[in-house]
This record gives sequence, structure tokens and C-alpha cells, in this order.
Amino acid sequence: MKQEILFQMKSPYRDDFKIQGFRFGEGEKSVAIVGAMRGDEIQQQFTCSQVVKNLIELEKEGRILPGHEILVIPSANHFSMNINKRFWAMDNTDINRMFPGYDKGETTQRIAAALFEEVRGFKYGIQLASFYMPGEFIPHVRMMDTGFQNVKLAKKFGLPYVLVRKPKPYDTAVLNYNWQIFDTQAFSIYSGDTDTINKESAKIAWLSILRFLNSMKIIKKDMHDGFNSSILHDHDLETIKSNQAGILYSQRGAKDEVKEGDLLAKILDPFTGAVRSEIYSPIDGTIFFAHDKPLIHQNTVMYKIVKF
Amino acid sequence: MIKTIISEGLPVDEQLLIRKKVVQNGTGSKRICIVTGTHGDELEGQYVCFELIRRLNENIQFLDGTVEVYPALNPLGVDSVTRGIPTFDLDMNRIFPGDQNGHLIEHTAYEIIQDLKAADMVIDIHASNIFLREMPQARINVQMSKKLIPFANLLNIDFIWIHDAATVLESTLAHSLNVIKTPTIVVEMGIGMRITRDYGNRLVDGIFNMMKKMKMWSGPISKDISKPMLSTTGEVCFMNADASGIIIPSVSHSVNVKKGDLLCQIVDPFEGVVLQNVLSPVDGVVFTLRTYPVVYEGSLIARIFSKTPCSESL
Repeated sequence: MKQEILFQMKSPYRDDFKIQGFRFGEGEKSVAIVGAMRGDEIQQQFTCSQVVKNLIELEKEGRILPGHEILVIPSANHFSMNINKRFWAMDNTDINRMFPGYDKGETTQRIAAALFEEVRGFKYGIQLASFYMPGEFIPHVRMMDTGFQNVKLAKKFGLPYVLVRKPKPYDTAVLNYNWQIFDTQAFSIYSGDTDTINKESAKIAWLSILRFLNSMKIIKKDMHDGFNSSILHDHDLETIKSNQAGILYSQRGAKDEVKEGDLLAKILDPFTGAVRSEIYSPIDGTIFFAHDKPLIHQNTVMYKIVKF
Repeated sequence: MIKTIISEGLPVDEQLLIRKKVVQNGTGSKRICIVTGTHGDELEGQYVCFELIRRLNENIQFLDGTVEVYPALNPLGVDSVTRGIPTFDLDMNRIFPGDQNGHLIEHTAYEIIQDLKAADMVIDIHASNIFLREMPQARINVQMSKKLIPFANLLNIDFIWIHDAATVLESTLAHSLNVIKTPTIVVEMGIGMRITRDYGNRLVDGIFNMMKKMKMWSGPISKDISKPMLSTTGEVCFMNADASGIIIPSVSHSVNVKKGDLLCQIVDPFEGVVLQNVLSPVDGVVFTLRTYPVVYEGSLIARIFSKTPCSESL
């Protein structure tokens, strides 16, 4: 393993900002893995650190197969993580909305450009991602429908689901989209949590990455095959929105199987505790996404359920 | 009359309210909309809303049509000194045209579009951010330029910046309205978290001037309407910091500069040394200037409009 500084920038008074890379093996640029790009993506950073730990062990045992280079970048935004901010410490811009970047542009465009220069050209790209809505997911692989995606490859992670979604205009500036446009097969892994560490779901995520590497004959490791992933599109998910605001008292969460008519949650009056609304499942299915904050706005996505 | 276009519950004893003021007189069918407060830290539009409605109220007999004023598309942000929408991750001006079945805020964006569509003109007022001061200017997508430049010329601004089409900008309010044939001009002026009364008065004069040409206003208008520079007659030069440090300004905003003029210095207060002399690469006018002193490598320092091409090095 070679630990390298891939990008370095001076700060007026803080320590230098650095992006560190961990390079394993030599040969074809096989896979690049990117962890936290936002300061609250602690689960993603933790997961990536475990990937590095596992790859160090595998390299010692000679289990990284010849002819493959693996690059892991656990953190691209610790300047924000160290001060509890989600977006860039100075101007609150989002590095993951700056790709492919611009090396003569604004600071986060330059960071994105430097990062993209390092990770482009790899055959496979894996990002540990977080979602713009607060909540818990079933661990899954997410791909953008750019016309270049390969769903069969996404199944090699062995996670329960692969979600293929149509990109929106603002998605065209994220890493996953640009990887695909520049000929890298790109996968985003959602492990369920963001600003807290959930070791169970993190382990599912890092094992899925090792499973993919094993399956693509980049490493050699004895592993079970995982799930035979179901392929989902946006229209396969039933969205349930809140019809009231208040305190959310959830009774069912992500991964739960539910039947039509099952009580999923109650929304309580924050003054009297009276039940303002009871939320029932309209279908039989598995909860794919569940809002997990204790307060809920009206007309907000509470659940997304995969129909059986 | 004040109309509520969005009313959604917040968790504890509060509604998310988005409201507009409707000023109507006469029998004319023309409708213009003034929207601002998408970014909660951009407040220049607040004075424009106040002054526009004040003048309309004083001279309502001259209005023949409808003026709708939306002072705060992001009321939670404006009232809490927050650029984005508190509790929501995405920039509000990157989620249009919204989603009827999406998250509360995506749904809100959808309803805003429904309310604005079919207006004869929408002016979407922005105020840069807390870092940069902007000369009063219109920003127009090249695809919409033929239709919108004649209106922008009426607004009493200094500059019209025709920018290239970019996919990511397709999710702005202005683009989303323009594609459904609701003409919308973005006005950028001033600086975040402040009000520049002179700029506000100028834009209000320009809006009345535009209403006069649209035959919605028969009252007096300013005779001193500025003729803006058009970006396609020259080039916009960007200057970004080469070093991280503290900026000490040398020129004022909106001034003409010559090639080689010192715009500012980036200094290291620890060592007492100059890290970078930022020189103008061209003759031109400084229409964007950084006012926030702390910079990282890459921070935008200035934009200069020049009749000559930008040179590669300073």
C-alpha cells in the first residue's frame, strides 16, 4: 500500500487541507473508491476506513491479484468534518455538485477537479454516498440511468437492491454521473446512515465492496455471494407522505416487511401528545426508505416501500 | 391583497407560509411578477419589493394590470439568516420545476411554478452572496437572449450577461419558467446580507420603465434610465485567488481599470508579506468584486468586463 497526498491546499490559518489516497497493487486502473465528500458523512468515512484496513490485510496475504491497481480515498472534505459542517467549510458549497470540476475555478471546483483527475480512467468507480433527505435506507447500490450503466455489474455487490434512477439536471454535476460519462462504470453505495456510525450497516457496505472486488477477480477472498439483488426503478417505489406535521412516532423502519393496512407511524401533537395522524401501509412490501428524525413536516416523504 | 400560495405544517405550532402581494388596477390583462428571497441571505430584493409597492400604492390610478410581489420564496431562510432552506439539503434554486409528489420543498417549488406561469414577465432578484458585490445586472441564458434582452434593456441596470446553457442551470426558477414560455429575467445586484438603497431605487425605476413599455403604467417614469453594456460585445474575465490568505482591496467596485492596475493584494498577516498582487489582465469595468477578506486558493476575487480578450496570465 502506498499512502499519497493527492491534493494539498494552504488555508489562511488552519492546517493544510489534504486529500489522501491509499493505492494498492499495480497495473490496470481497476477500481477507485471514494468515501466522505461531505463533512457529516461519518458512516461513509468509517466504511471506507474498513475497506482500507481489509485491503492492507489482503495485500499482506498476497490476495490482491496481479495487474490491478486499487485507489481508495476515504475523505475529500475533512475540513468540514472537523468542524461539524456538511458542506465546504468556507462557502458552504457542495464538492459533490462540482464535478467534473475546473482547475482554474472556485475552491470546491478545484478540489473536485483534482479529485476527478485522480479517479477518472478507472474501470470501476465506487462512491459511498449519502442522501439529501434525512432517513434510513436498506443498503443498496444506486446507479444513474445515463445509457452507460451496467446493471448486471451492480448485482455483483450482492446487496438486496439495485436502484436505477433517471438523473435530474442537478445530478449532472455529481461524481457518479461524471464517472459514467467518462467511461467508468460507477456505483453509489448507500449503507443507511450518515452522521452516526452503524457498524452493522457499515459492515454490509464494506463487505459488499470486497465482494464486488472478489467477483471481478481483483482480489481473492472467500466470501458468500450475498443477495441476488432485485433491480428497482423509481416507479417501483410507493411513496408515503405525511398528511400532518408534528412529532414522529415511528413504529416500522427500513428493512421491515409490511402488509397493506399495517400501522407504520403516528404523528403526534407536540403540545398535547394527541395522535394527529396514523400512517398505514397502502401495499404489501418492504420498507426501502424511512424518515428517521423525531420531527416531521407536513407533506414530506416518510416512507418509500418496495412493492412485492 | 396578500395571497397565500403555500401553507404547510411545520412540526411545532407553525406553518410554512409563502405569500404574495397582489396589486391590481384597471382592466388590463398584463401581469408581471417580482420574486426574491430564494436564497435567504440575499436581501437586496427586500427594498425593491417595499419601494415598488409603496410607489404603486401612492399612484395606483396609473396602473392598468396586475403586479404580483413575492418577497420571500424561502421565508424560513430569510427569517433565520440562512442561505438555503433550513432542514433541506439542496439549493432551492436547483430544484425547479419541482415535483408534485416529491419532498415538501420540491412540492413547494412545483406550486411556485404553477403560480407564476403565464405571467407576462417575471423578474427574479438575487443579491450575489456574502462574499461578492455585483453591479446591477441581468443574467440571461443564451437560448432565451433574443426574447429577453429587449426587456432587460429597460430595467435601468448596468450590464447584461448572456451566459452559456448549462445542464445544471436547467433546474433554476428562471430556466424552468422560460421553457414554459413565461419570460423570466434574473437580476443580480449588490451583496448578500445587505441592502444597497441606490441599486434598489434604480431597479424600481427600471421596473416602472418596463411597465410603461408594456402599457401597464401610464404614470411618470424616470428619465434617467441606464443603457446596459452587453456581454456579447466583449469578454468576461474571471480572477481567482492563487494563494490562501487575507485580501486587502485596492480598487472600488464598478470602477474602470486598466490592464496591470492593482485590484487587491492577498497577504499573510503572520509574516507581513504579500502573497499575490492581483492585477487586472485587461482594460475594463469591475462588475464583480470580492468584499469578504478571507480567501482560499480558487476563491473568486473579481470579474471584469472588457472589450478585449482576457489574457492567460496576470
